[in-house]
Amino acid sequence: MRMVVAVKQVPDTAEVRIDEERGTLIREGVPSILNPFDEYALEEALKWRDQLGGIVTVVTMGPPQAEDVLREAISMGADEAILLSDRAFAGADTWATSHTLARAVAKMGDVDVVLTGKQAIDGDTAQTGPGIAASLDWPQITFVGKVRELNRETITAERYVEGGCEVVRSSLPVVITVLKDANTPRLPSLRGKMKARKMEIPVWGAADLELAAEEAGLDGSPTRVVRIMTPETAAGGEIHRGEPDELARIIVDHLLGKEEE
Amino acid sequence: MNYFLSEELNDIRELCSDIAEKYIIPVRAELDEENRFPGEIIKVMADSDLCGIYIPEEFGGSAEMFGGGSMALCVATEELSKACGGVAVSFAANALGAMPILISGSEEQKRKYLPQLASGEKLAAFALTEPEAGSDAGGVKTRAVKDGDSYVLNGTKQWITNGGEAQIYTVIAQTDPSRGARGLSAFIVEEGTPGFSYGKKEDKMGIRASATRELIFEDCRVPAGNLIAREGFGFIVAMKTLDRSRPGVAAQALGIAQGALDEAARYASERVQFGKRIDSFQGVQFMLADMATQIEAARALVYSTARMIDAGERKFEKESAMAKVFASDVAMRVTTDAVQILGGYGYMKEYPVEKMMRDAKITQIYEGTNQIQRSVIASAVIKETAAGSRG
Repeated sequence: MRMVVAVKQVPDTAEVRIDEERGTLIREGVPSILNPFDEYALEEALKWRDQLGGIVTVVTMGPPQAEDVLREAISMGADEAILLSDRAFAGADTWATSHTLARAVAKMGDVDVVLTGKQAIDGDTAQTGPGIAASLDWPQITFVGKVRELNRETITAERYVEGGCEVVRSSLPVVITVLKDANTPRLPSLRGKMKARKMEIPVWGAADLELAAEEAGLDGSPTRVVRIMTPETAAGGEIHRGEPDELARIIVDHLLGKEEE
Repeated sequence: MNYFLSEELNDIRELCSDIAEKYIIPVRAELDEENRFPGEIIKVMADSDLCGIYIPEEFGGSAEMFGGGSMALCVATEELSKACGGVAVSFAANALGAMPILISGSEEQKRKYLPQLASGEKLAAFALTEPEAGSDAGGVKTRAVKDGDSYVLNGTKQWITNGGEAQIYTVIAQTDPSRGARGLSAFIVEEGTPGFSYGKKEDKMGIRASATRELIFEDCRVPAGNLIAREGFGFIVAMKTLDRSRPGVAAQALGIAQGALDEAARYASERVQFGKRIDSFQGVQFMLADMATQIEAARALVYSTARMIDAGERKFEKESAMAKVFASDVAMRVTTDAVQILGGYGYMKEYPVEKMMRDAKITQIYEGTNQIQRSVIASAVIKETAAGSRG
């Protein structure tokens, strides 16, 4: 079983400042950590590897210092790490990022499962996981709260969705995004920490991934952040009490009234 | 103070600090209240490879990576003790239990027992103390009588740390009562051996997360191959074991003291009286300064002793005793002052310092009372003076 965990280095604190003009986060000077949701994805991969055997590779796209989160993942037990780093990758949106990560997965070959956290705590888009699946044209299972079964052919997972749980089975290869309900991430081990310190981490750039300039980084990113603001919360609402028939009529009238607007 | 610890020793510190934050601090009050052994936390330590840091690589450990194991054990115990002295001793007592095998065990005994301890799959405990033999170890009454190719043990051990939780016990018993201390021998006894059972679990003042229990031997038959070293070497094995383990108790005391200072300093920076933070008052400042200075002096002594042992020095009973006596006296003073700085809050169980004060007290008592340590130090000084080799 070969599993790839795509991780992200994110700012540590909630006190991140925002560049008002460009509508983006100011990342300079803020300590970075491994995206907490990605720890659950990593633990899930490690757990299944411990059971089934195989290799867990962690991959991240980012500047050279993003290597730190890869070393952290190695110290927790990942077998190998690859850093995707190139000036050409700078300014990537989730589209370009997923595309770049997908290329790396394709280059590795024979990958059975790609795992990511359900979302990163900085951008909160939850798009990169699905983006990787789309780019690879693989099936995806998002918001996985529990992997029931994983074998060489299929995966059966529980998706925790609003108001319930969907049990989904998919063929491999597959991309899954993992919720914190899935597990409790292990701590690093002493041997892991030592391995992490010594490990040479290969760096793949745009040329290694055969990515054209217009496919990566800012040039490959259709998204433009127009504005960042706090949404207004919906106020009030009406509360009616009474018999079901009567209440149903009020709702129907209300909906009809809305439709007429 | 920067002690220029190796990256590997810093790994131990970081890991123990993570474990303290995630697994110990959230439950330490509960473990204390319920007198509950932290088995699940020891399991986390085992998964993080911490159980073998004092055991050589050829027996499944990693001591060489840290330049020996004594310093490694001190760093781990100190860091865990900042959060909870009870959890820390449950971890460190394994090293105490394993020490007779490490120091004097046969190759076969080492191969059989050390890997299981290094992996954390099994826990160990050391059993010397009896109702009538504490400081006077020569007064051990537990008998071991040779019968064919086994020894038959009878007697009761008291106040055994990790008793009932460990699976491997190193037990000091009398094989020749006519010879007193020179008639003692050390044995390995495994849990489940017929005739070996546990007595009452003690209800203690502090380190309540740790298990302290009686061991009862009633015609307990142990294979002769479980004798450590030779008959009559038990006292020497026990003394060497304690010389090596005392820096660990010192590190525990050091950690408890540091934990108490951290709490007191934080509280003093937040507590406002007379319109000012209380750490702006000189009365409190001088207390904090004395606490910090004493702790640093203790740390310097503990680390120096541990490094001396790791460097292969053969004689260190004096230094071991000094580290234990000094660090534990510091722990008692510092935790008492921490309670004082927190005032009424310090006396309440809602805050952690009253527990630290209760936990600190045992470090002046166990593995040789501080009075016994002073005797050890004094006799070394007197001997050195007579030999003209002081210093």
